Amino acid sequence: MHESTDLRISDHPILDFGNKEDIPFTFDGHAMMGKEGDTIASALHAAGVKILGYHFKTKRPRGYYCAIGNCSSCLMIVNGRANVRTCTEPLKAGMVVETQRDRGTPDVL
Amino acid sequence: MFYEPDIAVIGGGPAGLMAALTAAEVGAKVLLLERDGHLGGQLVKQTHKFFGSEKQHASVRGIAIAKLLENELHDLQDRVSLWQDATAIGLYEDGVLTVDHGGVYKKIRPKKIIAATGANEKYLLFPNNDLPGIYGAGAVQTMMNVHGVKPGHRVLMIGAGNIGLIVSYQLMQAGVEVAAIVEGLPTIGGYVVHASKIRRAGVPILTSHTIVRADGEGAVESAVIAEVDAAWNIVAGSERTIPCDVICISVGLSPLAELLWQAGCEMRYIRELGGHVPVRNESLETTVSGLYIAGDVTGIEEASAAMVEGHLAGLEAAASLGFRSPDYDHERKDCLEQLRQLRSGPQGEKIRVGLSRAEEQHAD
Repeated sequence: MHESTDLRISDHPILDFGNKEDIPFTFDGHAMMGKEGDTIASALHAAGVKILGYHFKTKRPRGYYCAIGNCSSCLMIVNGRANVRTCTEPLKAGMVVETQRDRGTPDVL
Repeated sequence: MFYEPDIAVIGGGPAGLMAALTAAEVGAKVLLLERDGHLGGQLVKQTHKFFGSEKQHASVRGIAIAKLLENELHDLQDRVSLWQDATAIGLYEDGVLTVDHGGVYKKIRPKKIIAATGANEKYLLFPNNDLPGIYGAGAVQTMMNVHGVKPGHRVLMIGAGNIGLIVSYQLMQAGVEVAAIVEGLPTIGGYVVHASKIRRAGVPILTSHTIVRADGEGAVESAVIAEVDAAWNIVAGSERTIPCDVICISVGLSPLAELLWQAGCEMRYIRELGGHVPVRNESLETTVSGLYIAGDVTGIEEASAAMVEGHLAGLEAAASLGFRSPDYDHERKDCLEQLRQLRSGPQGEKIRVGLSRAEEQHAD
């Protein structure tokens, strides 16, 4: 299991993040733990995961960038569905999150 | 049959919230569309206290302003329909607005529309600028102030405008080291009060400097920065390597105006406003009749001006449908006066120049 406390803010002069409940999920088959209020990307980042996918053509690594669903840099496969904007998608218990390496197939096909 | 609210407000940030509140207060039925699962837009990550006057909630933190406006909206819930997780995806010539509402495609035909769609972070060109660990300043704020996660251990900030300075300070509050702030211009763009706070904490602000490249295997491990001359050429021999695991890009914003392009608004590129903006009149109505704008989509400013613009657009859109408050004339004048004050002084010079080019009169 990944250590997920390292990048969590524990002490802040203005904000109180309190004791939030743990949310279990998997990332590429590894058991992970996020916190209540996390997006998929924030939970991964807190656990030290920076590479969320690879560009479908150049295969260069892709990470978090805009955090508001604008830029498409954080697209991942979630519960089998590709192109999920993980920076805005709330983390839910039991989610199966995978690194995206190609364009992905639209789930309507 | 189409759902036909009096006014659809696109965007639940400071401008959209104020627009919805104002229009609902005078009696209009309002539909408020918000892409995210929460209201307040980018206010929810602004932990700093606001400037301006009492009317714009000066000295209140952004996060508290968002809560305040949301509560006011709650009091008007019989007149405001709120759709969250609702992205406006199309705006057509016949006035039909299409929305992806939680995965369901919906078509609506509002009598009037107020677009308060906000802005997009600008990017910067340099080798390896796509490495994970290079984040927009707004994204860093979201990660820290909304999710309580540090973006990394040591940050190089690019840009010394207000956002660059404020986010640097917030990084320090979260316990993250800021290696330096790099600014291409010879002067600091943001307020002196923010810059002084950061310098006192020992963080260098390097003006006339730029980022040359990022380096790292799979993620950022360091950055090369260098001094630039007046013609923006790199001064030979001035390159140096800064170890860091995050490079934060804070080089400004562009109006998020795709819907307005699609609706057929006359658009104009105005550098001072951050990019292409819709041409509008004093009432914030675009060249498409019945389509109003407010907030950063009118030109990049800050949340205080966005709230006043939202108020004005809400007032005007409602009045055009006959929902006119007894104080209409006074309120309208007051909004225009507040905007004038917010844009006064040397800090407002750029926005004044930009707006003078965007507010050209057009035939109604």
